[in-house]
Amino acid sequence: MRWMWIDRVIAFEPRTRLVAVKNVSLAEEHLHQHFAADGALPPCPVMPSSLILEGMAQTAGILVGSVHGFREKVVLAKVVSATFERDVNPGETIRYDASIERMDDMGASTVGIVDRFSFADNAWAPVGRIELMFSHLDQNRAGVEFPEENFVFGENFRTLLEGAGLRKFSV
Amino acid sequence: MAKSRADIEADVRDVLVDALGVDEDDVVATATLKGDLGAESIDYLDIVFRLEKKFSTPEKPFKIAQGELFPENLMTDPSLVESGKVTAKGIALLKEKVPHVDVSEFEKDPQITKLPNHFTVKSLCDFVQRKLGA
Repeated sequence: MRWMWIDRVIAFEPRTRLVAVKNVSLAEEHLHQHFAADGALPPCPVMPSSLILEGMAQTAGILVGSVHGFREKVVLAKVVSATFERDVNPGETIRYDASIERMDDMGASTVGIVDRFSFADNAWAPVGRIELMFSHLDQNRAGVEFPEENFVFGENFRTLLEGAGLRKFSV
Repeated sequence: MAKSRADIEADVRDVLVDALGVDEDDVVATATLKGDLGAESIDYLDIVFRLEKKFSTPEKPFKIAQGELFPENLMTDPSLVESGKVTAKGIALLKEKVPHVDVSEFEKDPQITKLPNHFTVKSLCDFVQRKLGA
């Protein structure tokens, strides 16, 4: 399994906003454990909130990385807040809408809205809101040396960037 | 209208409650950000961003330059820190650049690692008040 929790970037406003979607599939192994049948209780596959958070971190992280042409090593430094009000089930689509609130050389803060599309309801509905802080690793190294190679935006992300037409922002 | 000291203290308290997830009652003037309120390195950037947002108005943006509130960059210069201790030159620079920090207490035992212990809630309020008045 590859550690990618978004499928496609669907909207991009440079330096400002990035929107990505993920289709939740019953083929994902983790959904069979979260939650498996237990005695009289039937199985209840729901997308774990921790992975929804990771999806938002990837969405917002790409947005923050794009500002400096993916040269900076952008790492998630802090989950400022994360609130969830609705489950996401297999067969539904998650939409991550991330915006940069503030950014400087040291890092950035982002605000993200999570929605889900349900074919049963034929409508989008709110799932949650996630505020994150990202750090530019090389600006905050505190004496620690990191590899020159940008291990944050590696090969895996190229597929996403190609699909979104974002490669031109990569240097 | 200019903000009163009480308004500034209330706004700084809101910022720290949101940034550090601490109890409102714990945010007292003498509380240190690191020791008492548990701030870690990235929290300082969070605090800076939140102060800027809280105290900016359409007429007057409240922008905090890097090193203006927390002197992290000053202290990487070897002439300012020797064997883990801030030099006389470093102390003079701190007094000039970060007057919101009570350097007179710090200089009695100027170990660089102890500098964060002198960043209190009062330091933040003093910083904001002076900057708003400028």
